[in-house]
Amino acid sequence: MKIDKNTINKIARLSRIKLDGTESEDYIKDLNSILDWVEQLNEVNTENIEPLSNISSSILPKREDVSKDTNSSDEILKNAPDKLEGFFAVPKVVE
Amino acid sequence: MNNLIKGEKHDWEMVIGLEIHAQVKSNSKLFSSSSTKFGASPNSQVSLVDAAMPGMLPVINKYCVEQAVKTGVGLNAKINNYSVFDRKNYFYADLPQGYQISQYKYPIVGEGKVTIDFKDGTSKDIRIVRLHLEQDAGKSLHDQNPSKTYVDLNRSGVALMEIVSEPDIRTPDEAGMYISKIRSILMYLDTCDGNMQEGSLRADVNISVRKPGDKYGTRCEIKNLNSIKFIKQAINYEAKRQIEILESGGYIEQNTMLFNTSTGKTRPMRNKEEAHDYRYFPDPDLLPLNISEKEIDKIKSSIPELPDQLKNKFMVTYKLSNYDASVLTTEKQISDYFNQSINSDPDLKHNAKIVVNWITSELFSLLNKNNIELINSPVSPKNLGELVKLISINEISGKIAKDVLEDMFSSGKTARQIVDEQGLQQVTDQAEIEKVIDEVIAENPKMVEQYLDGKDKLLGFFVGQAMKLTKGKANPKILNDILKQKLNK
Repeated sequence: MKIDKNTINKIARLSRIKLDGTESEDYIKDLNSILDWVEQLNEVNTENIEPLSNISSSILPKREDVSKDTNSSDEILKNAPDKLEGFFAVPKVVE
Repeated sequence: MNNLIKGEKHDWEMVIGLEIHAQVKSNSKLFSSSSTKFGASPNSQVSLVDAAMPGMLPVINKYCVEQAVKTGVGLNAKINNYSVFDRKNYFYADLPQGYQISQYKYPIVGEGKVTIDFKDGTSKDIRIVRLHLEQDAGKSLHDQNPSKTYVDLNRSGVALMEIVSEPDIRTPDEAGMYISKIRSILMYLDTCDGNMQEGSLRADVNISVRKPGDKYGTRCEIKNLNSIKFIKQAINYEAKRQIEILESGGYIEQNTMLFNTSTGKTRPMRNKEEAHDYRYFPDPDLLPLNISEKEIDKIKSSIPELPDQLKNKFMVTYKLSNYDASVLTTEKQISDYFNQSINSDPDLKHNAKIVVNWITSELFSLLNKNNIELINSPVSPKNLGELVKLISINEISGKIAKDVLEDMFSSGKTARQIVDEQGLQQVTDQAEIEKVIDEVIAENPKMVEQYLDGKDKLLGFFVGQAMKLTKGKANPKILNDILKQKLNK
């Protein structure tokens, strides 16, 4: 797989990162060399081997269904650039 | 049944599939301990995990997993021993993580099916593709300020079960029946409160149209519908829109639509350029979820009687029709009410159909008019049973019983009390009815003449007069019989 200008622009848009011309050239180079390196794994025969989603053999820890009263609004909104009556206020998003 | 829509050139068939989002009825969220209570002040139930503060890690709620399995069993579905949580990546102001934790390739529940019952006695199976667990997003308010959107994260991280159907649905009515059925199963299982107004149950509708027998057309998805009425309206509008485009030679663009509840129209939500690319990948913060057969069996043994089982029981025990029995089992509170009512007197067992009618038409219309839930009905199941009993033993007529029920509803008295106090017992004494009829005939000689000349319709007039004299208490059958006998003599 090769990363080209279109792909890098798409990834940048999906990540909400603004790239200028030289930056995108750098990223194309970096990502391609990472992919080339990872692609070496294709040399290994993985037929009949289940994909591994996690290397840990421990089991998913679970919690009981107990709710904690947080009354969090002051703390949660502390870093908000803009707020109103307990709500975050963000630039209008209407699709 | 004809499910086709007439077009200009030929008939069209709708092909519909639903994605239902059902909020798990739990105390705390899927991956954090914040409360899920509805209606709290904004951002008061948001933990550092829900707000996606750096370094916070999700820990799964055991109860939510069990509820998903329980629901899977209720949907006659395969429970997967192995499932995986993935990140679905997208940017939106009410999604602080920048991704939703969901299940993509390996959902917790696989294929299942539910049955819907039609009024004509037939049924249809709707196949379920899957059920998976995922997080809800926060809530955005767009219409409060011209330049701002307000965000409340209380809902962020609440556990949802997404139930995806195969495109087996062919009409708006079937879509409505399907979601009612899912709602009823969830409520019997007690895994979701089924409250559509509060958004605990909402649906995305996928719809396309085709010439009958053709392969599927291109579909559009209508997002986030939270009432059965809106689902039907949206489907009708969208199908018409697609047919118009196709008949004028155009083609359907696959699109995500929003339904405007005040205009009744759908409009595209995003254009194609910005088509979402969610870049799903397994969430590295969460291990795969393994459920053993033993755990599944334990959950299975806790499953209560479900609507379909109860429906069959009602049909067998009380000889009710498929449709009547399915109406009784749409909600647990209805079947509970019916059960309590019919068991309040041993004689009622043979009059089950009358009990059903008095619950589903008379009592329901009074409850609707007064905006009262059945569970808070001022007429208890036992008292309704007594009323039906009085009708079935001919102590009061059906007509008078309606007035009695209204009185019971407003005064809280029993049927017995009201009937005794107001002397509403039906008159079945032949001699007494005969006396009244004689009086009516004697007072209206002209009418009698006209009747005998062939104006049969006048029989109603005599019945009315006699009923008036008995204050509606005469047994209608006896009254009719004697009247005909006397007039035709």
